[in-house]
Amino acid sequence: MDLVLNPVAAVGRGVLSACRTVGAVALFALQGLSHLVRPPFYGRLFLRHLVEIAYFSLPVVALTAIFTGMVLALQSYTGFARFNAEGAVANVVVLSITRELGPVIAALMVAGRIGAAFAAEIGTMRVTDQIDALTTLSTNPMKYLVTPRLLAGVVALPFLVVVADVLGVMGGWLIGTTKLGFASLSYLKATMDFLQTMDVVSGLVKASVFGFVITLMGCWCGYNSKGGAQGVGAATTAAVVSSSILILALDYVLTEMFFAR
Amino acid sequence: MDTKAHNEMVPKIRLRGLAKAFGEKKVLDGVDLDIRAGHGMVILGGSGSGKSVTIKCILGLIQPDAGTIEVDGRDILAMPRRERDELNDRIGMLFQNGALFDSLPVWENVCFKLLAQKRITRAKARDKAAEVLAQVGLAASVGDLSPAELSGGMQKRVGLARAIAAQPDIIFFDEPTTGLDPIMGAVIDGLIVDVVKRLGATAVSITHDMASARRIGDDAAMLHKGKIVWRGPAATLGDTGNAMVDQFARGERDGPIQMELRR
Repeated sequence: MDLVLNPVAAVGRGVLSACRTVGAVALFALQGLSHLVRPPFYGRLFLRHLVEIAYFSLPVVALTAIFTGMVLALQSYTGFARFNAEGAVANVVVLSITRELGPVIAALMVAGRIGAAFAAEIGTMRVTDQIDALTTLSTNPMKYLVTPRLLAGVVALPFLVVVADVLGVMGGWLIGTTKLGFASLSYLKATMDFLQTMDVVSGLVKASVFGFVITLMGCWCGYNSKGGAQGVGAATTAAVVSSSILILALDYVLTEMFFAR
Repeated sequence: MDTKAHNEMVPKIRLRGLAKAFGEKKVLDGVDLDIRAGHGMVILGGSGSGKSVTIKCILGLIQPDAGTIEVDGRDILAMPRRERDELNDRIGMLFQNGALFDSLPVWENVCFKLLAQKRITRAKARDKAAEVLAQVGLAASVGDLSPAELSGGMQKRVGLARAIAAQPDIIFFDEPTTGLDPIMGAVIDGLIVDVVKRLGATAVSITHDMASARRIGDDAAMLHKGKIVWRGPAATLGDTGNAMVDQFARGERDGPIQMELRR
């Protein structure tokens, strides 16, 4: 009998544990957000994190966006050539980049850079008593450490996605005009003609949601890290893995919301 | 009864029946302790005896499972949040490893509380930090360094400067001399005695270091297996007549305290 019940019990424990974690993360997020409207406000910290996310992530986001646009143009051209539809390359590149690849690629890059950095910094503060020190210095750790980071993530990601969108489309244009024989102006005209406001807006909304998720998971994993260096390492890994999975899962949910007929 | 007589009768901090367990493990099992205003109390005890948990309960970093904690005769566990925050403003803490904020220069660490509460402008904070650093024997130029550039002794001094910058009337010291050589340990103890006396503050320290305990404490109490097993003058440590305390104070292997060895 135990042979049957043990696996079922293990699954049950796993589900309960997952529910507890989801609830705890949700409460953590609400607590972080609740400080947005209650003084004191840490504007200096917000700006520091904004620069850290938006400015210092620019090179990595720019490079990945350009190469993604180039690969996309090349792949769609070879694919569409089988149906004599090479002319749709510009349309496919701009739609794919603005709706999906721009936000997702930028978010995954930022998750690797910023999610890991936040988890490591806050985790180190946790295991070296710096978070307890904040409390003894009459400073709410959630307000000081989490709220400015959440806000910076929500604001910074759309900016990065705009850059990724422009450079991704430029990457496609570069390959289209230099390698695939498209005329420069007609490629750009096809791009602009096909693009709709909703394509860009949906990408920017996704970016804000992804920015929130990345900073939330970075803060959550760091804030709850235990032990010494090993605990901080585990928190960093958990922050990157969980935010990456959430980005892809939420991408589907948001796409369904925006474009499902 | 006049106010002075009343203040002398009411302990600054009073713990009654303080209990805390983590899972199955009882860390505090009914701690009763009175800490006199304006005096130094040293809490002794082996590793895992509950010393750190006791002060974390008083600081509000850990919620006890049972018992009361009174400061100036008021139960702080039943206090409204605002009053509790006001109480925290009157408390300073020196952490074992300094717990200085890596991302901030020393001057900002020292004046963190004053800046957080907007009691001082950033422009004036550097001068204030230099003034407090001088009180712990550090040059003003140290204020521009980052905590990672400081030695262990300097980190303790900066931690002490941060603890006293807002002029608290209760200061907690968690293992103030751990990790320091004996001379630096004596220097830190001397600074602690000086600043506590100058502020007229109540000092609560936890330590394993007997020399340090005698230097910084007026009173001492020993915590063993989650209970206070002795209290008395710190000067008598090692010769208290309590076999358990004397074994601990003399660092003897044989005695009533048995090491729990894990295989």
